[in-house]
Amino acid sequence: MEQSWRQAKSIFGLLLSAPLFWLAFFFIVPMGIVWLYSFGENRGLVDIAFTGTWKNYARALEPLYLGIFVKSLYVAALTTFLCLVVGFPVALAITFAADKWKPWLLLLIMLPFWTNLLIRTYALIAVLRTEGYVNQTYEFLWNNAGGLMTLVGLAPLGEFQPLDLLHNNFAVIFGLVYVHLPFMILPLYSTLDRMDRSLLEASLDLGAGHLRTLWSIVVPMSAAGIASGILITFIPALGAYLTPDLLGGPESQMIANVIERQFKRANDWPFGAALSFLLVYLTFIGIAIQGMLDKQNRGRAA
Amino acid sequence: MTGSVAKVKKTPPGPLEYMRRWPMQAWLVGVTVFLYAPLITLMIFSFNDSKRNIVWQGFTLKYYVKALTNDSLIQAFTNSLVIAFFSTIISVVVGAMAAILLWRFRFPGKTALDGAMSIPIVVPEICMGVGMLVFFAKVFPWPQGLPWPLNLGAIIIAHVSFSFPFVAVVVRARLASFNRELEEAAKDLGASEIRTLLDVLVPHIKPSLLAGGLLAFTLSLDDFVITFFTAGPDTVTFPVKVYSMVRFSVTPEVNAASTILIVVTVILTFFALKFQGSDALTAGHGAPEKK
Repeated sequence: MEQSWRQAKSIFGLLLSAPLFWLAFFFIVPMGIVWLYSFGENRGLVDIAFTGTWKNYARALEPLYLGIFVKSLYVAALTTFLCLVVGFPVALAITFAADKWKPWLLLLIMLPFWTNLLIRTYALIAVLRTEGYVNQTYEFLWNNAGGLMTLVGLAPLGEFQPLDLLHNNFAVIFGLVYVHLPFMILPLYSTLDRMDRSLLEASLDLGAGHLRTLWSIVVPMSAAGIASGILITFIPALGAYLTPDLLGGPESQMIANVIERQFKRANDWPFGAALSFLLVYLTFIGIAIQGMLDKQNRGRAA
Repeated sequence: MTGSVAKVKKTPPGPLEYMRRWPMQAWLVGVTVFLYAPLITLMIFSFNDSKRNIVWQGFTLKYYVKALTNDSLIQAFTNSLVIAFFSTIISVVVGAMAAILLWRFRFPGKTALDGAMSIPIVVPEICMGVGMLVFFAKVFPWPQGLPWPLNLGAIIIAHVSFSFPFVAVVVRARLASFNRELEEAAKDLGASEIRTLLDVLVPHIKPSLLAGGLLAFTLSLDDFVITFFTAGPDTVTFPVKVYSMVRFSVTPEVNAASTILIVVTVILTFFALKFQGSDALTAGHGAPEKK
Protein backbone atom coordinates (compact mmCIF):
# COMPACT_ATOMS: atom_id res chain seq x y z
CA MET A 1 0.00 0.00 0.00
CA GLU A 2 1.27 3.42 -0.88
CA GLN A 3 2.11 5.70 1.95
CA SER A 4 0.73 9.19 2.35
CA TRP A 5 3.44 11.81 1.93
CA ARG A 6 2.53 13.30 5.33
CA GLN A 7 3.73 10.20 7.15
CA ALA A 8 7.35 10.72 6.15
CA LYS A 9 7.72 14.31 5.12
CA SER A 10 11.51 14.53 5.27
CA ILE A 11 12.20 11.51 3.10
CA PHE A 12 9.39 12.55 0.77
CA GLY A 13 10.91 15.99 0.42
CA LEU A 14 14.35 14.50 -0.17
CA LEU A 15 13.12 12.13 -2.87
CA LEU A 16 11.03 14.82 -4.53
CA SER A 17 13.71 17.53 -4.57
CA ALA A 18 16.13 16.41 -7.27
CA PRO A 19 13.70 14.94 -9.82
CA LEU A 20 11.30 17.88 -9.50
CA PHE A 21 14.09 20.42 -9.74
CA TRP A 22 15.63 18.74 -12.75
CA LEU A 23 12.37 18.26 -14.58
CA ALA A 24 11.16 21.79 -13.86
CA PHE A 25 14.37 23.69 -14.43
CA PHE A 26 16.01 21.68 -17.19
CA PHE A 27 12.98 20.51 -19.11
CA ILE A 28 9.77 22.43 -18.41
CA VAL A 29 11.50 25.83 -18.39
CA PRO A 30 13.29 25.28 -21.74
CA MET A 31 10.14 23.97 -23.37
CA GLY A 32 8.09 26.78 -21.80
CA ILE A 33 10.39 29.41 -23.25
CA VAL A 34 10.11 27.87 -26.70
CA TRP A 35 6.35 27.93 -26.25
CA LEU A 36 6.45 31.62 -25.31
CA TYR A 37 8.73 32.36 -28.26
CA SER A 38 6.18 30.86 -30.58
CA PHE A 39 4.01 33.88 -29.70
CA GLY A 40 6.90 36.31 -30.06
CA GLU A 41 8.47 38.55 -32.66
CA ASN A 42 12.04 39.28 -33.64
CA ARG A 43 13.26 42.67 -32.49
CA GLY A 44 16.69 43.42 -33.83
CA LEU A 45 19.26 40.67 -34.23
CA VAL A 46 19.11 38.89 -30.89
CA ASP A 47 16.10 40.20 -29.01
CA ILE A 48 12.74 38.54 -29.09
CA ALA A 49 9.67 40.31 -27.77
CA PHE A 50 6.70 38.35 -26.42
CA THR A 51 3.86 40.10 -28.15
CA GLY A 52 1.25 37.36 -28.00
CA THR A 53 1.01 37.32 -31.78
CA TRP A 54 -0.39 34.37 -33.73
CA LYS A 55 1.60 35.47 -36.78
CA ASN A 56 4.10 32.61 -36.47
CA TYR A 57 1.38 30.01 -36.46
CA ALA A 58 -0.36 31.73 -39.35
CA ARG A 59 2.90 31.62 -41.28
CA ALA A 60 3.31 27.92 -40.50
CA LEU A 61 0.00 27.35 -42.28
CA GLU A 62 1.13 29.04 -45.49
CA PRO A 63 1.14 26.63 -48.44
CA LEU A 64 4.92 26.19 -48.44
CA TYR A 65 5.14 25.10 -44.80
CA LEU A 66 1.77 23.38 -44.75
CA GLY A 67 3.04 21.38 -47.70
CA ILE A 68 6.11 20.30 -45.72
CA PHE A 69 3.89 19.33 -42.78
CA VAL A 70 1.63 17.27 -45.05
CA LYS A 71 4.66 15.70 -46.67
CA SER A 72 6.19 14.83 -43.29
CA LEU A 73 2.92 13.29 -42.15
CA TYR A 74 2.77 11.30 -45.38
CA VAL A 75 6.38 10.09 -45.12
CA ALA A 76 5.89 9.14 -41.46
CA ALA A 77 2.63 7.34 -42.27
CA LEU A 78 4.21 5.42 -45.15
CA THR A 79 7.19 4.52 -42.97
CA THR A 80 4.87 3.30 -40.23
CA PHE A 81 2.84 1.26 -42.70
CA LEU A 82 5.95 -0.37 -44.18
CA CYS A 83 7.30 -1.10 -40.71
CA LEU A 84 4.00 -2.75 -39.81
CA VAL A 85 3.95 -4.87 -42.97
CA VAL A 86 7.59 -5.91 -42.59
CA GLY A 87 7.52 -6.19 -38.81
CA PHE A 88 4.30 -8.07 -38.17
CA PRO A 89 5.49 -11.41 -39.62
CA VAL A 90 8.75 -11.01 -37.70
CA ALA A 91 6.90 -10.42 -34.41
CA LEU A 92 4.68 -13.41 -35.20
CA ALA A 93 7.68 -15.60 -35.97
CA ILE A 94 9.40 -14.65 -32.69
CA THR A 95 6.18 -15.27 -30.75
CA PHE A 96 5.86 -18.81 -32.05
CA ALA A 97 9.55 -19.63 -31.96
CA ALA A 98 10.84 -22.18 -29.47
CA ASP A 99 11.44 -20.65 -26.03
CA LYS A 100 15.18 -21.12 -26.18
CA TRP A 101 15.37 -19.15 -29.43
CA LYS A 102 13.25 -16.19 -28.35
CA PRO A 103 15.88 -14.14 -26.48
CA TRP A 104 18.31 -14.62 -29.36
CA LEU A 105 15.79 -13.56 -31.97
CA LEU A 106 14.93 -10.49 -29.88
CA LEU A 107 18.63 -9.75 -29.58
CA LEU A 108 18.92 -10.06 -33.35
CA ILE A 109 16.28 -7.36 -33.80
CA MET A 110 17.51 -5.15 -30.96
CA LEU A 111 21.24 -5.13 -31.61
CA PRO A 112 21.13 -2.75 -34.59
CA PHE A 113 18.77 -0.62 -32.52
CA TRP A 114 21.42 -0.13 -29.85
CA THR A 115 23.93 0.88 -32.49
CA ASN A 116 24.51 4.59 -32.93
CA LEU A 117 21.89 6.17 -35.20
CA LEU A 118 24.50 8.17 -37.05
CA ILE A 119 26.53 5.05 -37.80
CA ARG A 120 23.46 3.27 -39.11
CA THR A 121 22.60 6.22 -41.35
CA TYR A 122 26.19 6.39 -42.54
CA ALA A 123 26.11 2.68 -43.34
CA LEU A 124 23.07 3.27 -45.53
CA ILE A 125 24.87 6.06 -47.41
CA ALA A 126 27.65 3.61 -48.23
CA VAL A 127 25.10 1.08 -49.48
CA LEU A 128 22.91 3.42 -51.52
CA ARG A 129 25.24 5.99 -53.07
CA THR A 130 26.04 5.99 -56.79
CA GLU A 131 29.27 4.02 -56.22
CA GLY A 132 27.60 2.11 -53.41
CA TYR A 133 27.33 -1.61 -52.95
CA VAL A 134 23.88 -1.91 -54.50
CA ASN A 135 24.93 -0.11 -57.64
CA GLN A 136 28.17 -2.08 -57.86
CA THR A 137 26.34 -5.36 -57.68
CA TYR A 138 23.91 -4.09 -60.28
CA GLU A 139 26.74 -2.97 -62.57
CA PHE A 140 28.48 -6.32 -62.18
CA LEU A 141 25.29 -8.16 -63.12
CA TRP A 142 24.62 -5.72 -65.96
CA ASN A 143 28.07 -6.17 -67.49
CA ASN A 144 27.93 -9.94 -67.19
CA ALA A 145 24.47 -10.02 -68.70
CA GLY A 146 25.76 -7.81 -71.51
CA GLY A 147 28.66 -10.16 -72.15
CA LEU A 148 26.33 -13.14 -72.11
CA MET A 149 24.01 -11.54 -74.61
CA THR A 150 26.88 -10.73 -76.97
CA LEU A 151 27.94 -14.35 -76.64
CA VAL A 152 24.57 -15.64 -77.78
CA GLY A 153 24.52 -13.15 -80.63
CA LEU A 154 22.13 -10.55 -79.26
CA ALA A 155 22.82 -6.82 -79.21
CA PRO A 156 24.68 -5.95 -75.98
CA LEU A 157 22.89 -3.94 -73.34
CA GLY A 158 23.47 -0.20 -73.53
CA GLU A 159 25.74 1.85 -71.35
CA PHE A 160 25.39 1.04 -67.64
CA GLN A 161 23.25 3.59 -65.84
CA PRO A 162 23.63 3.57 -62.05
CA LEU A 163 20.41 3.73 -60.08
CA ASP A 164 19.67 6.95 -58.25
CA LEU A 165 19.20 5.59 -54.79
CA LEU A 166 20.54 8.34 -52.55
CA HIS A 167 19.38 11.91 -51.91
CA ASN A 168 15.75 11.37 -52.80
CA ASN A 169 12.46 10.42 -51.16
CA PHE A 170 13.11 6.73 -51.67
CA ALA A 171 16.30 6.94 -49.61
CA VAL A 172 14.52 8.81 -46.82
CA ILE A 173 11.75 6.25 -46.53
CA PHE A 174 14.20 3.35 -46.82
CA GLY A 175 16.30 4.92 -44.06
CA LEU A 176 13.33 5.63 -41.81
CA VAL A 177 12.08 2.05 -42.13
CA TYR A 178 15.58 0.77 -41.45
CA VAL A 179 15.88 2.86 -38.31
CA HIS A 180 12.36 2.42 -36.92
CA LEU A 181 11.63 -1.23 -37.65
CA PRO A 182 12.53 -2.41 -34.11
CA PHE A 183 10.20 0.26 -32.63
CA MET A 184 7.37 -1.57 -34.36
CA ILE A 185 8.44 -5.16 -33.75
CA LEU A 186 8.80 -4.86 -29.95
CA PRO A 187 5.30 -3.71 -28.98
CA LEU A 188 3.82 -6.14 -31.54
CA TYR A 189 5.80 -8.98 -30.02
CA SER A 190 4.88 -8.05 -26.45
CA THR A 191 1.15 -8.19 -27.33
CA LEU A 192 1.31 -11.27 -29.53
CA ASP A 193 3.25 -13.14 -26.89
CA ARG A 194 0.44 -12.72 -24.35
CA MET A 195 -2.25 -13.85 -26.77
CA ASP A 196 -4.34 -16.89 -25.85
CA ARG A 197 -3.14 -19.51 -28.31
CA SER A 198 -6.07 -21.84 -27.80
CA LEU A 199 -8.20 -19.36 -29.75
CA LEU A 200 -5.91 -19.78 -32.76
CA GLU A 201 -6.06 -23.54 -32.43
CA ALA A 202 -9.84 -23.36 -32.20
CA SER A 203 -10.00 -21.26 -35.34
CA LEU A 204 -7.73 -23.66 -37.23
CA ASP A 205 -9.67 -26.68 -35.94
CA LEU A 206 -12.91 -25.16 -37.11
CA GLY A 207 -11.55 -25.05 -40.62
CA ALA A 208 -10.32 -21.50 -41.07
CA GLY A 209 -7.09 -21.23 -43.02
CA HIS A 210 -3.94 -19.65 -41.67
CA LEU A 211 -4.52 -16.35 -43.44
CA ARG A 212 -8.13 -16.16 -42.33
CA THR A 213 -7.13 -16.97 -38.73
CA LEU A 214 -4.48 -14.30 -38.93
CA TRP A 215 -6.89 -11.70 -40.24
CA SER A 216 -9.95 -12.46 -38.10
CA ILE A 217 -8.35 -13.68 -34.87
CA VAL A 218 -4.74 -12.55 -34.49
CA VAL A 219 -5.08 -9.02 -35.86
CA PRO A 220 -8.16 -8.03 -33.79
CA MET A 221 -6.67 -9.57 -30.66
CA SER A 222 -3.41 -7.70 -31.06
CA ALA A 223 -5.09 -4.39 -31.92
CA ALA A 224 -3.71 -2.69 -28.82
CA GLY A 225 -0.15 -3.72 -29.68
CA ILE A 226 -0.60 -2.65 -33.29
CA ALA A 227 -1.88 0.74 -32.12
CA SER A 228 1.02 1.27 -29.75
CA GLY A 229 3.51 0.09 -32.38
CA ILE A 230 2.04 2.57 -34.87
CA LEU A 231 2.32 5.40 -32.35
CA ILE A 232 5.85 4.51 -31.26
CA THR A 233 6.99 4.37 -34.89
CA PHE A 234 5.01 7.33 -36.17
CA ILE A 235 6.09 9.96 -33.62
CA PRO A 236 9.87 9.66 -34.05
CA ALA A 237 9.47 9.21 -37.82
CA LEU A 238 7.47 12.43 -37.99
CA GLY A 239 10.14 14.35 -36.10
CA ALA A 240 13.08 12.71 -37.86
CA TYR A 241 15.95 15.08 -38.54
CA LEU A 242 19.03 13.06 -39.34
CA THR A 243 17.61 10.67 -41.95
CA PRO A 244 16.10 13.30 -44.28
CA ASP A 245 19.14 15.51 -43.72
CA LEU A 246 21.73 12.93 -44.72
CA LEU A 247 19.81 10.64 -47.07
CA GLY A 248 17.33 13.09 -48.57
CA GLY A 249 17.69 15.59 -51.36
CA PRO A 250 16.44 19.15 -51.51
CA GLU A 251 12.88 18.00 -52.19
CA SER A 252 12.74 15.50 -49.31
CA GLN A 253 13.08 17.96 -46.43
CA MET A 254 10.88 17.18 -43.48
CA ILE A 255 9.54 19.42 -40.74
CA ALA A 256 12.51 18.89 -38.41
CA ASN A 257 14.89 20.16 -41.10
CA VAL A 258 12.85 23.33 -41.46
CA ILE A 259 12.90 23.82 -37.68
CA GLU A 260 16.66 23.34 -37.59
CA ARG A 261 17.08 25.94 -40.34
CA GLN A 262 15.02 28.52 -38.48
CA PHE A 263 17.19 28.15 -35.40
CA LYS A 264 20.63 27.65 -36.88
CA ARG A 265 20.65 29.55 -40.14
CA ALA A 266 17.58 31.71 -40.81
CA ASN A 267 17.70 32.91 -37.20
CA ASP A 268 13.93 33.23 -37.00
CA TRP A 269 13.45 31.69 -33.56
CA PRO A 270 9.79 32.64 -33.06
CA PHE A 271 8.79 30.93 -36.30
CA GLY A 272 10.94 27.88 -35.51
CA ALA A 273 9.36 27.76 -32.06
CA ALA A 274 5.87 27.77 -33.57
CA LEU A 275 6.83 24.91 -35.92
CA SER A 276 8.31 22.91 -33.01
CA PHE A 277 5.20 23.33 -30.96
CA LEU A 278 2.98 22.30 -33.85
CA LEU A 279 5.05 19.11 -33.89
CA VAL A 280 4.60 18.74 -30.11
CA TYR A 281 0.82 19.22 -30.47
CA LEU A 282 0.69 16.55 -33.18
CA THR A 283 2.55 14.21 -30.82
CA PHE A 284 0.09 14.88 -28.01
CA ILE A 285 -2.88 14.35 -30.34
CA GLY A 286 -1.39 10.99 -31.34
CA ILE A 287 -0.91 9.97 -27.72
CA ALA A 288 -4.43 11.11 -26.81
CA ILE A 289 -5.95 9.08 -29.66
CA GLN A 290 -3.98 6.04 -28.56
CA GLY A 291 -5.06 6.53 -24.95
CA MET A 292 -8.69 6.68 -26.04
CA LEU A 293 -8.37 3.53 -28.13
CA ASP A 294 -6.69 1.79 -25.22
CA LYS A 295 -9.49 2.76 -22.84
CA GLN A 296 -12.09 1.53 -25.33
CA ASN A 297 -10.28 -1.76 -25.68
CA ARG A 298 -10.01 -2.21 -21.96
CA GLY A 299 -13.69 -1.33 -21.57
CA ARG A 300 -14.58 -4.01 -24.08
CA ALA A 301 -12.37 -6.59 -22.40
CA ALA A 302 -13.84 -5.89 -18.95
CA MET B 1 18.46 -39.02 -27.82
CA THR B 2 19.71 -38.33 -31.33
CA GLY B 3 17.05 -40.66 -32.66
CA SER B 4 14.24 -38.72 -31.06
CA VAL B 5 15.65 -35.43 -32.33
CA ALA B 6 15.73 -36.79 -35.85
CA LYS B 7 12.17 -38.02 -35.42
CA VAL B 8 10.98 -34.59 -34.25
CA LYS B 9 12.61 -33.00 -37.28
CA LYS B 10 10.71 -35.23 -39.64
CA THR B 11 7.23 -34.53 -38.28
CA PRO B 12 5.39 -31.88 -40.29
CA PRO B 13 5.18 -28.53 -38.53
CA GLY B 14 2.35 -28.28 -36.02
CA PRO B 15 -0.44 -25.81 -36.66
CA LEU B 16 1.18 -23.03 -34.61
CA GLU B 17 4.82 -23.79 -35.29
CA TYR B 18 5.10 -20.90 -37.68
CA MET B 19 8.86 -20.81 -37.28
CA ARG B 20 9.12 -24.18 -39.00
CA ARG B 21 7.41 -22.98 -42.15
CA TRP B 22 9.70 -21.79 -44.90
CA PRO B 23 7.95 -18.52 -45.82
CA MET B 24 8.35 -17.35 -42.23
CA GLN B 25 11.96 -18.43 -42.14
CA ALA B 26 12.64 -16.69 -45.44
CA TRP B 27 11.00 -13.50 -44.16
CA LEU B 28 13.05 -13.56 -40.98
CA VAL B 29 16.25 -14.12 -42.94
CA GLY B 30 15.32 -11.29 -45.29
CA VAL B 31 14.72 -8.85 -42.43
CA THR B 32 17.96 -9.89 -40.76
CA VAL B 33 19.89 -9.25 -43.96
CA PHE B 34 18.14 -5.87 -44.30
CA LEU B 35 19.12 -4.92 -40.74
CA TYR B 36 22.65 -6.28 -40.74
CA ALA B 37 24.05 -6.11 -44.28
CA PRO B 38 24.76 -2.36 -44.19
CA LEU B 39 26.46 -2.58 -40.78
CA ILE B 40 28.50 -5.64 -41.64
CA THR B 41 29.70 -4.22 -44.95
CA LEU B 42 30.63 -1.05 -43.06
CA MET B 43 32.69 -3.10 -40.63
CA ILE B 44 34.34 -5.22 -43.34
CA PHE B 45 35.26 -2.23 -45.45
CA SER B 46 36.95 -0.55 -42.51
CA PHE B 47 39.74 -3.06 -43.17
CA ASN B 48 39.82 -2.33 -46.88
CA ASP B 49 43.11 -1.03 -48.26
CA SER B 50 41.58 1.49 -50.65
CA LYS B 51 40.99 5.16 -50.26
CA ARG B 52 37.82 5.29 -52.32
CA ASN B 53 36.47 2.43 -50.28
CA ILE B 54 34.52 0.79 -53.08
CA VAL B 55 36.27 -2.32 -54.29
CA TRP B 56 38.03 -4.69 -51.93
CA GLN B 57 41.78 -4.15 -52.30
CA GLY B 58 43.21 -6.15 -49.43
CA PHE B 59 43.40 -6.18 -45.68
CA THR B 60 44.83 -3.27 -43.74
CA LEU B 61 44.65 -1.75 -40.29
CA LYS B 62 45.94 1.62 -41.44
CA TYR B 63 42.56 3.33 -41.16
CA TYR B 64 42.36 2.27 -37.53
CA VAL B 65 45.77 3.80 -36.99
CA LYS B 66 44.57 6.89 -38.81
CA ALA B 67 41.36 7.11 -36.79
CA LEU B 68 43.21 6.53 -33.53
CA THR B 69 45.78 9.22 -34.32
CA ASN B 70 43.19 11.74 -35.49
CA ASP B 71 43.29 14.12 -32.55
CA SER B 72 39.94 15.78 -33.14
CA LEU B 73 38.24 12.41 -33.52
CA ILE B 74 39.84 11.11 -30.32
CA GLN B 75 38.86 14.32 -28.54
CA ALA B 76 35.27 13.91 -29.72
CA PHE B 77 35.24 10.28 -28.62
CA THR B 78 36.63 11.17 -25.20
CA ASN B 79 34.06 13.96 -24.85
CA SER B 80 31.29 11.48 -25.67
CA LEU B 81 32.52 9.00 -23.06
CA VAL B 82 32.93 11.67 -20.36
CA ILE B 83 29.47 13.11 -21.09
CA ALA B 84 27.94 9.63 -21.05
CA PHE B 85 29.69 8.83 -17.77
CA PHE B 86 28.47 11.89 -15.86
CA SER B 87 25.06 11.88 -17.47
CA THR B 88 24.64 8.22 -16.48
CA ILE B 89 25.56 8.81 -12.83
CA ILE B 90 23.22 11.79 -12.46
CA SER B 91 20.42 10.08 -14.41
CA VAL B 92 20.60 6.95 -12.26
CA VAL B 93 20.45 8.93 -9.01
CA VAL B 94 17.68 11.29 -10.12
CA GLY B 95 15.76 8.57 -11.97
CA ALA B 96 15.90 6.17 -9.03
CA MET B 97 14.75 8.90 -6.65
CA ALA B 98 11.80 9.67 -8.92
CA ALA B 99 10.93 5.97 -9.24
CA ILE B 100 11.02 5.38 -5.47
CA LEU B 101 9.00 8.54 -4.89
CA LEU B 102 6.28 7.56 -7.33
CA TRP B 103 6.23 3.97 -6.10
CA ARG B 104 6.15 4.71 -2.40
CA PHE B 105 4.03 7.80 -1.85
CA ARG B 106 0.56 9.15 -2.43
CA PHE B 107 0.68 12.88 -2.80
CA PRO B 108 -1.27 15.66 -4.48
CA GLY B 109 -0.02 16.23 -8.01
CA LYS B 110 1.31 12.68 -8.39
CA THR B 111 -0.49 12.07 -11.69
CA ALA B 112 0.80 15.39 -13.00
CA LEU B 113 4.38 14.57 -12.04
CA ASP B 114 4.08 11.09 -13.51
CA GLY B 115 2.72 12.52 -16.75
CA ALA B 116 5.32 15.29 -16.91
CA MET B 117 8.10 12.70 -16.49
CA SER B 118 6.92 10.82 -19.54
CA ILE B 119 7.00 13.92 -21.77
CA PRO B 120 10.78 13.84 -22.30
CA ILE B 121 10.36 10.24 -23.47
CA VAL B 122 7.73 11.01 -26.09
CA VAL B 123 8.46 14.53 -27.26
CA PRO B 124 10.28 14.63 -30.64
CA GLU B 125 14.02 15.04 -30.17
CA ILE B 126 14.16 18.10 -32.39
CA CYS B 127 11.75 19.99 -30.11
CA MET B 128 13.79 19.17 -27.04
CA GLY B 129 16.98 20.12 -28.87
CA VAL B 130 15.49 23.48 -29.75
CA GLY B 131 14.43 23.96 -26.12
CA MET B 132 17.97 23.28 -24.92
CA LEU B 133 19.44 25.64 -27.51
CA VAL B 134 17.18 28.47 -26.35
CA PHE B 135 17.68 27.64 -22.68
CA PHE B 136 21.46 27.69 -22.82
CA ALA B 137 21.50 30.75 -25.07
CA LYS B 138 19.10 32.96 -23.15
CA VAL B 139 18.33 31.74 -19.63
CA PHE B 140 21.28 29.84 -18.34
CA PRO B 141 24.29 30.62 -20.51
CA TRP B 142 26.95 28.05 -19.81
CA PRO B 143 30.17 29.96 -19.13
CA GLN B 144 32.51 29.99 -22.11
CA GLY B 145 36.11 28.89 -21.91
CA LEU B 146 35.82 26.64 -18.87
CA PRO B 147 38.57 24.04 -18.56
CA TRP B 148 37.73 20.57 -19.85
CA PRO B 149 35.55 18.70 -18.81
CA LEU B 150 33.54 21.50 -17.19
CA ASN B 151 32.79 22.95 -20.61
CA LEU B 152 30.74 19.83 -21.34
CA GLY B 153 28.28 20.73 -18.56
CA ALA B 154 25.52 22.01 -20.83
CA ILE B 155 25.49 18.80 -22.87
CA ILE B 156 25.55 16.68 -19.71
CA ILE B 157 22.53 18.57 -18.35
CA ALA B 158 20.65 18.12 -21.63
CA HIS B 159 21.44 14.40 -21.67
CA VAL B 160 20.27 13.89 -18.10
CA SER B 161 16.98 15.60 -18.97
CA PHE B 162 16.08 12.96 -21.53
CA SER B 163 17.77 9.99 -19.81
CA PHE B 164 16.52 10.06 -16.24
CA PRO B 165 12.83 9.41 -17.11
CA PHE B 166 13.98 6.21 -18.91
CA VAL B 167 15.92 5.15 -15.82
CA ALA B 168 12.82 5.84 -13.70
CA VAL B 169 10.74 3.54 -15.94
CA VAL B 170 13.25 0.70 -15.59
CA VAL B 171 13.62 1.10 -11.81
CA ARG B 172 9.88 1.32 -11.24
CA ALA B 173 9.34 -1.95 -13.08
CA ARG B 174 11.76 -3.56 -10.65
CA LEU B 175 10.19 -1.92 -7.57
CA ALA B 176 6.89 -3.58 -8.41
CA SER B 177 8.38 -6.85 -7.18
CA PHE B 178 9.56 -5.42 -3.85
CA ASN B 179 7.85 -6.66 -0.71
CA ARG B 180 6.92 -3.54 1.26
CA GLU B 181 6.86 -5.52 4.51
CA LEU B 182 10.64 -5.78 4.38
CA GLU B 183 10.85 -2.05 4.68
CA GLU B 184 8.49 -2.05 7.66
CA ALA B 185 10.48 -4.81 9.30
CA ALA B 186 13.68 -2.78 8.97
CA LYS B 187 12.01 0.23 10.51
CA ASP B 188 10.53 -1.86 13.35
CA LEU B 189 14.03 -3.06 14.09
CA GLY B 190 15.11 0.53 14.55
CA ALA B 191 16.61 1.48 11.21
CA SER B 192 16.16 5.08 10.17
CA GLU B 193 14.41 6.02 6.93
CA ILE B 194 17.68 6.64 5.13
CA ARG B 195 19.25 3.45 6.48
CA THR B 196 16.20 1.46 5.33
CA LEU B 197 16.37 3.06 1.92
CA LEU B 198 20.07 2.37 1.44
CA ASP B 199 20.27 -1.07 3.08
CA VAL B 200 16.97 -2.66 2.10
CA LEU B 201 15.50 -0.97 -0.94
CA VAL B 202 18.61 -0.09 -2.91
CA PRO B 203 20.06 -3.65 -2.84
CA HIS B 204 16.74 -4.93 -4.20
CA ILE B 205 16.69 -2.51 -7.13
CA LYS B 206 20.40 -2.84 -7.86
CA PRO B 207 20.01 -4.84 -11.11
CA SER B 208 17.62 -2.22 -12.43
CA LEU B 209 20.06 0.52 -11.46
CA LEU B 210 22.70 -1.21 -13.56
CA ALA B 211 20.32 -1.81 -16.46
CA GLY B 212 18.99 1.74 -16.26
CA GLY B 213 22.54 3.03 -16.11
CA LEU B 214 23.53 1.10 -19.22
CA LEU B 215 20.44 2.42 -20.95
CA ALA B 216 21.29 6.00 -19.97
CA PHE B 217 24.89 5.45 -21.11
CA THR B 218 23.80 4.18 -24.53
CA LEU B 219 21.19 6.92 -24.95
CA SER B 220 23.82 9.53 -24.19
CA LEU B 221 26.43 7.96 -26.46
CA ASP B 222 23.86 7.65 -29.23
CA ASP B 223 22.33 11.09 -29.09
CA PHE B 224 22.93 13.34 -32.04
CA VAL B 225 20.06 15.80 -32.42
CA ILE B 226 19.92 17.24 -28.89
CA THR B 227 23.71 17.42 -28.66
CA PHE B 228 23.85 19.08 -32.06
CA PHE B 229 21.75 21.93 -30.69
CA THR B 230 23.65 22.19 -27.39
CA ALA B 231 27.24 21.69 -28.50
CA GLY B 232 29.58 24.56 -29.22
CA PRO B 233 32.67 24.48 -31.44
CA ASP B 234 34.84 23.26 -28.54
CA THR B 235 32.44 20.62 -27.30
CA VAL B 236 32.11 18.26 -30.24
CA THR B 237 30.92 14.74 -29.45
CA PHE B 238 31.55 11.61 -31.47
CA PRO B 239 28.20 11.63 -33.35
CA VAL B 240 28.53 15.35 -34.10
CA LYS B 241 32.08 14.78 -35.37
CA VAL B 242 31.04 11.84 -37.53
CA TYR B 243 28.17 13.97 -38.85
CA SER B 244 30.57 16.66 -40.03
CA MET B 245 32.88 14.02 -41.58
CA VAL B 246 30.04 12.19 -43.31
CA ARG B 247 28.73 15.38 -44.89
CA PHE B 248 31.89 15.57 -46.97
CA SER B 249 32.50 12.00 -48.01
CA VAL B 250 32.43 8.35 -47.17
CA THR B 251 35.90 7.54 -45.84
CA PRO B 252 37.40 4.34 -44.44
CA GLU B 253 38.47 6.32 -41.39
CA VAL B 254 34.84 6.87 -40.43
CA ASN B 255 34.26 3.16 -41.05
CA ALA B 256 37.05 2.31 -38.62
CA ALA B 257 35.80 4.71 -35.94
CA SER B 258 32.25 3.41 -36.38
CA THR B 259 33.41 -0.19 -36.09
CA ILE B 260 35.07 0.61 -32.76
CA LEU B 261 31.84 2.17 -31.48
CA ILE B 262 29.73 -0.76 -32.73
CA VAL B 263 31.99 -3.18 -30.87
CA VAL B 264 31.69 -1.05 -27.71
CA THR B 265 27.89 -1.08 -28.09
CA VAL B 266 27.75 -4.84 -28.56
CA ILE B 267 29.85 -5.36 -25.44
CA LEU B 268 27.59 -3.02 -23.45
CA THR B 269 24.51 -4.85 -24.71
CA PHE B 270 25.89 -8.15 -23.53
CA PHE B 271 26.57 -6.65 -20.10
CA ALA B 272 22.99 -5.39 -20.00
CA LEU B 273 21.82 -8.90 -20.85
CA LYS B 274 23.92 -10.35 -18.07
CA PHE B 275 22.51 -7.94 -15.51
CA GLN B 276 18.85 -8.06 -16.30
CA GLY B 277 18.19 -10.89 -18.72
CA SER B 278 16.42 -10.19 -21.98
CA ASP B 279 14.21 -7.55 -20.32
CA ALA B 280 17.13 -5.17 -20.46
CA LEU B 281 17.06 -5.36 -24.24
CA THR B 282 13.69 -3.79 -24.52
CA ALA B 283 13.90 -1.54 -21.48
CA GLY B 284 12.82 1.97 -22.24
CA HIS B 285 12.20 1.25 -25.88
CA GLY B 286 9.12 -0.40 -27.16
CA ALA B 287 6.16 0.16 -24.89
CA PRO B 288 7.14 1.26 -21.40
CA GLU B 289 3.48 1.55 -20.38
CA LYS B 290 3.04 -2.15 -21.02
CA LYS B 291 5.25 -3.03 -18.10
